[in-house]
Order: sequence, then structure tokens, then C-alpha cells
Amino acid sequence: MELVLSVAIGVLTASGVWLLFRPRTYQVVIGLSLLSYAVNLFIFGMGRLRINAPPVLEKGGAGGLLTHTDPIPQALVLTAIVIGFAMTALFLVVLLASRGLTGTDHVDGRE
Amino acid sequence: MSWVQHLIILPILLPLLTGAAIIPIDERERVTKGIIGFCSTALVFGISVFLLNRAGGFGADAPGAGVYLLGNWPAPFGIVLVLDRLSALMLVLASFLAMAAQVFAMARWHKAGSHFHSLFQLMLAGLNGAFLTGDLFNLFVFFEMMLAASYGLLLHGSGQLRVKAGLHYIAINLVASSLFLIGVSLIYGATGTLNMADLAMRIAGLSGENRMLMETGAAILGIAFLVKAGMWPLGFWLPNTYSAATPPVAAIFAILTKVGVYILLRLSLLFFGAEGGNSTGFGQAVLLYGGMLTIGFGAIGVLASQAMGRLAGYCVLVSSGTLLAAIGIGGPDVIGGALFYLVSSTITICAFFLLIELVERARDAGADVLAVTMEAYGDGDEDEAEKEEGEAVPGTVAVLGLCFCVCAVLLAGLPPLSGFLAKFAILHGLFDPENAGASAITGAQWTYVTLLIVSGLAAMIAMNRIGIRTFWNSIEGTIPRVYLIEITPVLVLLAACLFLSIQAGPAMRFMDTTAKFLTEPQHYTGRVMSAPQVGKE
Repeated sequence: MELVLSVAIGVLTASGVWLLFRPRTYQVVIGLSLLSYAVNLFIFGMGRLRINAPPVLEKGGAGGLLTHTDPIPQALVLTAIVIGFAMTALFLVVLLASRGLTGTDHVDGRE
Repeated sequence: MSWVQHLIILPILLPLLTGAAIIPIDERERVTKGIIGFCSTALVFGISVFLLNRAGGFGADAPGAGVYLLGNWPAPFGIVLVLDRLSALMLVLASFLAMAAQVFAMARWHKAGSHFHSLFQLMLAGLNGAFLTGDLFNLFVFFEMMLAASYGLLLHGSGQLRVKAGLHYIAINLVASSLFLIGVSLIYGATGTLNMADLAMRIAGLSGENRMLMETGAAILGIAFLVKAGMWPLGFWLPNTYSAATPPVAAIFAILTKVGVYILLRLSLLFFGAEGGNSTGFGQAVLLYGGMLTIGFGAIGVLASQAMGRLAGYCVLVSSGTLLAAIGIGGPDVIGGALFYLVSSTITICAFFLLIELVERARDAGADVLAVTMEAYGDGDEDEAEKEEGEAVPGTVAVLGLCFCVCAVLLAGLPPLSGFLAKFAILHGLFDPENAGASAITGAQWTYVTLLIVSGLAAMIAMNRIGIRTFWNSIEGTIPRVYLIEITPVLVLLAACLFLSIQAGPAMRFMDTTAKFLTEPQHYTGRVMSAPQVGKE
């Protein structure tokens, strides 16, 4: 489990960073998306990995470290996903504007 | 809980609601939108001044006066807003600059695109939130809010140059936000809390492994803020972006870099200050040397700039570098001076950004290119002949020229005005710490002193050169059309610097007390952790 998660984060980050340094705006967008997935997984991992442990209490039941997982990182991930999503959408609009104004999809507006 | 305590949340709520409320108003009614927006900002300014007055008594009376528990949960569990002297000072500064930029924009720049005033209010809400918040994750949320609105504002007016600059700005800030999140989650993983006050108390007791994780997290978090503050080598985006933005936007962007500086100041003193245990002083060397490199880079950039917009952009870098290095040196005396410098330099740069556009109306488009050519080939004699025809200097040019001179004096840090007093206060703090005895000044600190003075010289040379080219040697000699509504904000901002120079004594005392409280984090943590819940007092 730990290995799978860390490899996933590593691969996503590496691909994201590589794509970020590419000259085409679309590659940059995909790079940023991959990077934000990696970050989301990373935040999730910071609550420690637990299997079959719910993050919310059942009605009337008492919570405990043995039966429950930390809910805060999950709440943080949710916020981070929403914000990341909005930012990617915004970036796409700017990308299209840049493409329309310069006639090229190069990040510097010229080949 | 009296109504006064609820005032703390208004600097966030008021711009947020105003920004949302004026979206449906028709874009043709933009003057109405602008007036509503200005009223909101003015109200926030009034509230901030009131809060600043109240926060002035912090530490002496009314403990817990500045802590606002959102949702009435006790401090480490719920979300808190904290108002201390520093955040109140930043609130006043931000809303003051915002008022000036808004009035300036209403003359003509708000016509360049849609929803200028809404975006402006939303950015102000994010900005104020970042100053007030007491936990790291809400800092992220407010930071993103501020940035999202700033993307829109930067693109205001559109055009190839702005879209290109905007593309780079957004990409860089998105990467910085990712780093921000990684840093925050590492800190949470190591310490189990995100509340700044709670964190500050837990750091001293961390075990070796968790301490390493926490420090890694703090370093990654720091990079996100250093990108925002424009530290070398993370600040190459800054001059391009700031010179591409429309003037009122560039003017309010002057405070965005200071958000990065503000958070670095707050967190480094809270986490790695006097109560940091084994982590005390973590990252200070990076800030000191990074700040000095930034001053150096900024000063070279100032000298190399031909266009005034870029010159102002590099001035922002110099100002950031000065503050970062001052945080790196630490000590209440230096930080007190740095706070004074922060206020003075931010107001100056804001005024300068507004002034640039007014001055450049008089120059024709090719003037910058010609300036370069003239530099290379020497001035022709015909210029002098032209000048001797001797037309009386028109009133507009005289006022603009006077404002430009005042800006130059402030940026260079020459004696009568607050720019000099600010630098003097930092130097005084370095050379003469009142509490410590004859502590030796290290080589790095001597370098800082030299850089501080040399950067002033660089600013003076650059401003002289550009001023001569613009006012004495203008090629066409056209008189710019300047509305009263445009020159007034510049005059008010410069008058604020003048006021700061005259009232330097009380201002400096305020800054010194602020710095003293900052370097003693137990006041902050104690106040936050003991904040009473409503109904349980």
C-alpha cells in the first residue's frame, strides 16, 4: 500500500514537472494537472494510510484512533481539489486567449 | 461578546459581499460600481484604522481582544482570525492603497475590460483574509482567493503583452500553490495541527524525526512565499508582470509581494523564534543571503531599465530584498525599522506606478527606443537648441515633475523623507542594539549595510536619468492631459509618506513595540489559545 502510493506520487510528480518545462501551453496545463493530483495524494498520505477506517463518526458511536482515520487531510484534499480544478479551468481560458492573440501555442507567444 | 469584536471579520466579509453584489449591475454603470466599491474600501479602511487603534493596546489590556473564533469552536480545533498590531497595520496599508488605486482606475482604466471593480473587491477580501487568518490552511484558501482575483486583474485590458505575462504569472503561481500545499500537509503530518499558535507551542517538543519533517515542510512552504515576495532566483517573473499590468492594478500589486513578506515574518518569528527549541533560527541564513542577492539583482535591474514600468518592478524587488534580509538578521530593533520601511516603500512604489502612466502620456511611443540610441551615440546638439526656445513649464508638467522628484527622493532614501528614515531605522537597529551590549557586526551584516546604501544610489542614478529624459529633454514636448481624479491619489499617497516623515517618532515607537511583540511569540500563542468562547466566559 505505502509503496503503491509513493510510486504513484513519484511518477505523477516527475511527469508533471517534465511537462511543465515543455514549450507548449497545453503540455503545461497537463503538467500542472498531474502535479496537483500528486499533491492531493500527498496530502491524503499525510493522514497516514489506513484501510477500512472511516473518517466520520457514526451516530451515537465514540471515535477512536484504532477504528477511525484522521478526517482533516481528507477535508483538506477536498478543498485543494476544488481550488485546483478552478485554477486549471482559468488557466485554460488564458491559454485559449493567448492562442487567439498570438496565433501560436508556444508559452512565450512566439516560436 | 460586544459588537466591536465582530468588526474583525468585516475586512473580509465586506469586500467579499460587495464584490459579489456588484457583479449583476450592468457594465455600462461602471461609475456606480466604482463608487460602491470605493465606499466598501473606505469603510474597510475606517474599520482597519479603528482596529489598529484597539490593537495598539494589545499586551497591556484586554487579553483576547483580537481573536475571533469562527463558529465558536475553541482555538486549536476551530478556525480563528487573529488581529494583532502587525495584521492591523497591514489591513490599514492594504485598504489605503486600494482606495488610491480605485479612484485612479475610475478616471479611465476601469473601462478597459469588464468586472474590474468586482475583481478588485474580491482580491481585497483575499488580501485581508491572508492578513487576519490564524491557521495555515485558511491562509492557503485566502491566498488562492487573492491570486485568482489577481489573475483576472492582471489580464484586465487584455492585449498580447498582458496575456503573455498573465500566462507566465498564473503558471508560476500554480506551481507555488502546489508547493504551499505540500508544505502545509508535511507540517500537519509532523505536528498534527494547522493552527499557527498551536504549532508554535508544539515545535519545541518535537522528536528528531518529526522535527526534520516539520523543517522540510516549513522550507517548502517558505519557497511558495518567497516566489510571491520575488526573492532571487524566484523573482524573474515579477518585473515583466508588473510592467505589463494596467497602472492601477500594478499599484495594488505593490502590496501582493508584501503578503509574502508578511507571512514569512510572522511564521519565522512564531515557529523559529525565541520559543522554537532546537529549530530556533531555522531558515534565517537563507532569508539573509537570499534577500541580499535580491537587493543586488534588483539594483542592477534598476540601473539597466529604460522603461519606467520595469524600473518600478525592480524597485519592488529591492524593497522585498531589503525586508527579507532584515527578517534574516532578526532582532526587534532591525525588524522595527523593517516594518517602517515596509509601509514607506509600499506606499512609494504604489504612487510611482500610478505616476508612471501619467508621465508617460507626455512621451511618444518611440521615446524608450530613442533613449537607448541616445545613450549609445551621445546627445545631438539640436536638443539643446530646441530647449532654448524657452516655453514656460505648464502647470501639469510642473506637478508631475514635483511628484516624480518626491518619488525619486523616497525610492533612493535621501534625507528629508520617510525613505531615508526607514533605512536609517534599519541601520540604527543593526549598529546599536539597545538591549545587547557591544555585539560584533558580522561580515554579512556589513554587506547588507553596503547593499542598502548602494541600492539607494542605483535608484537615484536611474531616476535621475529617466527624469532628465522625460521632463527636460522630451522630444515632442506634448502636455499630458491629466484629470484631477488621477493626480489626487498620487498626491494623497505622497502626502502619506510626508506625514510618515513628520510623525516618524510615534510611528517608529509603534513599529518597535510591534516588533517586540513579534519576537516574543508567547503573547500571540497565549492570546489565541486562551480566547474565550461566546457564552462560556
